[in-house]
Amino acid sequence: MAMAIDAALPTGRKLKLSLDRDEITKRGLMVVIALYLVVALAAPLYVMLSKSFSTYSFDLAKFEFQVSDKDGNWGEPITADALNQQLSVVPPAKLGTNSDGRLQATAFFPDFSFRSPVKYKIRGTSDDASFLVGLQLHSGTEWQEFGSNEFRRVMLRPSRAIGLENYTTYFSTPTLFRSIENSVFIAIISTVVTVGLAFGFAYALNRSCMRFKDAFKLVAMVPILVPSLLPGIALIYLFGNQGLFKDVLMGVPIYGPLGIVVGSVFFAFPHAMIIISTALAISDQRHYEAAASLRASSWRTFWTVTIPGARYGLISAAFVVFTLVITDFGLPKVIGGQFNVLAVDIYKQVIGQQNFEMGAVVSVILLVPAIAAFVVDRMVQKKQVALLSARSVPYQPKPNRRFDALCLAWCSLIAIFILGIMATSQFAALVKLWPYDLSVSLKHYAFDRMDGGGWGSYYNSIRLAALTAVFGTIIVFVGAYMVEKTEGFRSGRSAFQFLAMLPMAVPGMVLGLAYIFFFNDPTNPLHAIYGTMTILVVCTITHFYTVGHLTALTALKQIDQEFEPVAASLKQPFYKLFARVTVPVCLPAILEISIYLFVNAMTTVSAVVFLYSKDTALASVAVLNMDDAGDVAPAAAMAMMIFYTNAAARLIHLFISKVLVARTQAWRLR
Amino acid sequence: MNHKKSFALAAFATILISSAAWAETELTVYTAIEAEDLKRYAETFNQDHPDIKLNFIRDSTGVVTAKLFAEKDNPQADVIWGLAATSLLVLKAEGMLEPYAPKGVELLKPEYVDKDTPPAWVGMDGWAASICYNTVEGQKLGLTAPKSWKDLTKPEYKGHVVMPNPASSGTGYLDVSSWIQLFGEKEGWSYMDGLHENIAAYTHSGSKPCKMAAAGETVIGISFEFRAAKSKAEGAPIDIIIPEEGIGWDMEASAIVAGTAKEEAAKTLIDWSVSKKANEMYNVGWAIVAMPGVAKPVPHLPANIEEKMIKNDFEWAANNRNAILAEWSKRYDSKSEPKS
Repeated sequence: MAMAIDAALPTGRKLKLSLDRDEITKRGLMVVIALYLVVALAAPLYVMLSKSFSTYSFDLAKFEFQVSDKDGNWGEPITADALNQQLSVVPPAKLGTNSDGRLQATAFFPDFSFRSPVKYKIRGTSDDASFLVGLQLHSGTEWQEFGSNEFRRVMLRPSRAIGLENYTTYFSTPTLFRSIENSVFIAIISTVVTVGLAFGFAYALNRSCMRFKDAFKLVAMVPILVPSLLPGIALIYLFGNQGLFKDVLMGVPIYGPLGIVVGSVFFAFPHAMIIISTALAISDQRHYEAAASLRASSWRTFWTVTIPGARYGLISAAFVVFTLVITDFGLPKVIGGQFNVLAVDIYKQVIGQQNFEMGAVVSVILLVPAIAAFVVDRMVQKKQVALLSARSVPYQPKPNRRFDALCLAWCSLIAIFILGIMATSQFAALVKLWPYDLSVSLKHYAFDRMDGGGWGSYYNSIRLAALTAVFGTIIVFVGAYMVEKTEGFRSGRSAFQFLAMLPMAVPGMVLGLAYIFFFNDPTNPLHAIYGTMTILVVCTITHFYTVGHLTALTALKQIDQEFEPVAASLKQPFYKLFARVTVPVCLPAILEISIYLFVNAMTTVSAVVFLYSKDTALASVAVLNMDDAGDVAPAAAMAMMIFYTNAAARLIHLFISKVLVARTQAWRLR
Repeated sequence: MNHKKSFALAAFATILISSAAWAETELTVYTAIEAEDLKRYAETFNQDHPDIKLNFIRDSTGVVTAKLFAEKDNPQADVIWGLAATSLLVLKAEGMLEPYAPKGVELLKPEYVDKDTPPAWVGMDGWAASICYNTVEGQKLGLTAPKSWKDLTKPEYKGHVVMPNPASSGTGYLDVSSWIQLFGEKEGWSYMDGLHENIAAYTHSGSKPCKMAAAGETVIGISFEFRAAKSKAEGAPIDIIIPEEGIGWDMEASAIVAGTAKEEAAKTLIDWSVSKKANEMYNVGWAIVAMPGVAKPVPHLPANIEEKMIKNDFEWAANNRNAILAEWSKRYDSKSEPKS
């Protein structure tokens, strides 16, 4: 590099030119990845969420009746609207309905009797008016004649319009409205508990000299390796009405808020841990040396150096956990009892009643935390100072017996909680018939006899996970780099940042349905990927984009902005800096992102459940299906297979990291 | 030379012809049939029709129905084989099914065939509501087993009854709509008011209440007989109770999806699905099948199920679902919050 400078000192003008070219390339790349997010996220979501404005109501002017007397002489045609004005049989409030709405035609004929010889005719006044005879769909302006007995079966169907009625219905239904309170309540408690536990854990890992760090790191990642349904199953075995430790709860049922919170803490813990640990991993020894030389107490140092340094990570973690908990539906479905939460409401509306419009309304409401997260994220980011400047000295913890023992105890308690849940699940997978026949058998592993595609689905899951990890890491990291290290172009970067935060707040179910609506449209040029592995990969990368993005961002933020100008002044194109400095420095974060995507692709259910096809059945979906069918033990068995696979992947990843990090992170040590 | 050429040509032609004869038609079949049955069903079908390959998309009733709905403008399924009739009724009302009278449809029990001609769907087998009663836990608590729906409102069962939520489970709606049909509009709702006092939880899946009873998580689970027999066969200490008043029921049914490009193969499958062989095949797990005189008793299931089944008005249930669910949610959903 030094030789390059010697060879040709750049003139001012030339330097500017090369900078510009860099910026153009960077922005170009950013646009490409933004385009990916638009196609894979924004557009499908728009299609889905616009459904929340689709309203259905009975347009009475669209239907015309004709009635005969007893002898079969037909009277004058009259519209349903005119009849309603005369008789006011259907009050205006009853005209609003949903896509499944039906209005019995006899409502307009108060003296209707199905035995009378009177005959009826009905037709639409326009082509889009539709009505049912029994359940047979009719539409159009042809007159149709019925005897009285048959006319009973005529049901008017609503027509579609655009409006806000779904929202007014939502907010005037106390049950639905109550779910907001419940969801927020659960999410806040889970967030506080999870972030507190995870911070202590990450702190112990990064800042103490306690023993077994590697083992704890492994254990902390365990919850991410299993489907979120699993803690629900395990908690029921532990604390349910037949649970092993039922008495510990002193009569408080595990079904309900308690179960959701405990389970949420379990599955959200690693997510928070990754982010906070990344924030704590890089810190400047000089700050601590300065604090020590100023004789600051360790307590004071903690609050004035450590916490501000990790603030960005802490806030990111809090929002990640909050949105994870509020959008998860697997756990409350299994263990929530009667405690209604928003994600389960979507399930009820969409799966239970095929009411996509109301499901979309609830989804829109669930997006509010994402927007809040985005706003707070922007505010915090402004104040974030780069911790790792070009002159930084990495922090090296010193042994301290009492502190290390405390850390060990803290981590051990969390590890016991996590391993306890896992052991219970393994127990559940092996026991013949809980709780009446506790003998052990392997019969629950005969997956080919169960729902969900047997062992084939297991291999599909591995394929999906590998593809997601490779392509996802590239897309996520490059995207984060462009957002973080591009100068100017503020509005574009903000929009990108918003898109990147969005997936976290989108319940998987909503994303899955949005993909159907968007990609299964024959006019969509991307229709071809529908029903293939590609759509599963795209969906999974998008679904888990945010945490990867935040991890990359947290790591990138800690690299001093000075590196770019220095590289530029050395006339090095940005990709060289990217390949030689940024990627090697961020390698731990990059590896984290790839394994994060891998294991989540193995466990994800809610989005892909709508998208898999005959060749792409997945193991995680099999778990859900088996649990639904009541085969809890095989579900636990398959979930444990997913766990062992992920654990193996994790170990391989650990090995690769060790080798690579040893090569690239030597600069961290003095 | 010439001979060689013509020989080669002939060989080539033979290959073409034979491969044409063996060319498989692939059908995409949406289904909610249990996986362990599905494999057997496909194998049995392929014994008669090796040239049609069935590609199944299998999921729970709710997910399959929602998926079909979401794909309405560009259906991916050719055939629906084994989905709750109540779901097919909703699809029919949207004009998403292709009416077709399969060969031999006249041999089925009339209530198992759609009323319109040609029928939009045909039934395969029936499943009925029933109560799973955990005898071990019941004894521990000193309860007596219920005999009827009305028994379930007795104060002694308070907090021991679990039923599916009709807003998220088809089985739950089956129960609610059958009670209204059995007891009448007014008394039906007052019955549910009383029952609600005893309910410990409304679940989101129809099989779960029985599963919970089988695992002792609850004493009484309102579920359906097919699931109950399965749990009992696994050794769970449950009694399967068919309430005296009569039981609501639904059926698994099949239909051709409107707009399929593979109509011939789809018709072949539907024709076969009403055959005697198919009905015998259904009977392995299901006590009640669409063809009269075929069904043999299924282990663990009471013999009187079919006579206890009410005259279920599916059309009424489908056309009133919206209104009934709204009323149900108004009455019980807001009250069903835990008292914490």
